[in-house]
Amino acid sequence: MTQQEALFTYLQRLGDTSLILGHRISEWCGHGPKLEQDIALINISLDLIGQARNYLSYAGEVEGKGRDEDKLAYFRVEREFKNLLIAEQPNGDWGQTIMRSFFFDVFHYYFLHELVKSKDEQLAAIAAKSLKEVTYHLKHNADWVIRLGDGTAESHDRMETAIEELWMYTGEMFDMDEVDHILIEAGISPDLSALKSKWEAKVQEVFQEATLTYPGEAWMQSGGKLKGIHSEELGFILAEMQYLPRCYPDAKW
Amino acid sequence: MTTPSVEHIKALLEEVTDPEIPVLTIMDMGVVREVRLSGMDVAIDLTPTYSGCPAMQTIEAEIRACLTKNGYGNIEVKEVLHPAWTTDWLTEKGRQKLEEYGIAPPEGKSEDKSLLTSEPKQVKCPRCKSRDTEMISQFGSTACKSLYKCHACLETFDYFKCI
Repeated sequence: MTQQEALFTYLQRLGDTSLILGHRISEWCGHGPKLEQDIALINISLDLIGQARNYLSYAGEVEGKGRDEDKLAYFRVEREFKNLLIAEQPNGDWGQTIMRSFFFDVFHYYFLHELVKSKDEQLAAIAAKSLKEVTYHLKHNADWVIRLGDGTAESHDRMETAIEELWMYTGEMFDMDEVDHILIEAGISPDLSALKSKWEAKVQEVFQEATLTYPGEAWMQSGGKLKGIHSEELGFILAEMQYLPRCYPDAKW
Repeated sequence: MTTPSVEHIKALLEEVTDPEIPVLTIMDMGVVREVRLSGMDVAIDLTPTYSGCPAMQTIEAEIRACLTKNGYGNIEVKEVLHPAWTTDWLTEKGRQKLEEYGIAPPEGKSEDKSLLTSEPKQVKCPRCKSRDTEMISQFGSTACKSLYKCHACLETFDYFKCI
């Protein structure tokens, strides 16, 4: 595998995770429990989709075959998507949506802190831009985890259930393969294993304040990011997201 | 027409406003990073405020319309991400206009890293100038703003948050 091939794959992993999570969160548009919550989620979704555009545009340039962000987003099939499995998990209730974002935000925040040091200038620029936005995502979602965890008996139970549902998807964030090793060697991407202890410490800190149970070591589901093997959820997301451009490939709006 | 120059172009761009906050021009916001002139052809580097800023295409179209109307030739607008936009680039005039418009301008510097650990700031109410205010939501009507309420005059208002 060449460095260029590795970078192309890596950019899709980052872009796809932001795109699919952004799309999932956007499903809340018009359905938030309160107007402010609706608006907050949609702003977060917009940031993520903006970040996905940056990664996928750059992926298209790196690939050099004339594919732009739209070609990559709308004309790849399920097995070609390299997003984290946690990104495609259903919204569930408000608590589950918040918990899914919180787990990812903690990772995203520490990850981008490292990615800004990338020797690849464009990747470093995208990371620096994204980090400013993600800092607000993390703050927002951590506040909600605390509010609901340390809220009523009902909200506490729902947050515990959300943790049970989602915990097995948190390990995948730290998975690495040959793509990572090539890019770490070249100073382009960070070593994810170094981020794990920071992630654990932050999640523990927030869970403690939220009076929630930190599950600890458990079996973890992998396969989305590294292999493109997804849960059944992704197909439905793509069916909705890709329907229009696939039916009307030259549509302009 | 006036002699074409980078200064002339920048003066013209003072007429192009942000579609979401129409009191601010793109020059007030500091999103125009560079203007280059070659003959009558113009190249502009533009940076988004947020990665997903939906106003970018409209701003680009308005830059083209404005410069074409004033006799300039080929206009190339390039989106640049580095260095990342910061609220520190908002001009003093821009900050004043925001406050008069009812949006509290950003307070402090973007390198203030207390965001994750500290309580939300008690921002000055743009209407009655009281600091007896409270954040209602981290995100307001656009990604760049938070929603506040003022306990003194009881109005809600947007705060242009620091990034």
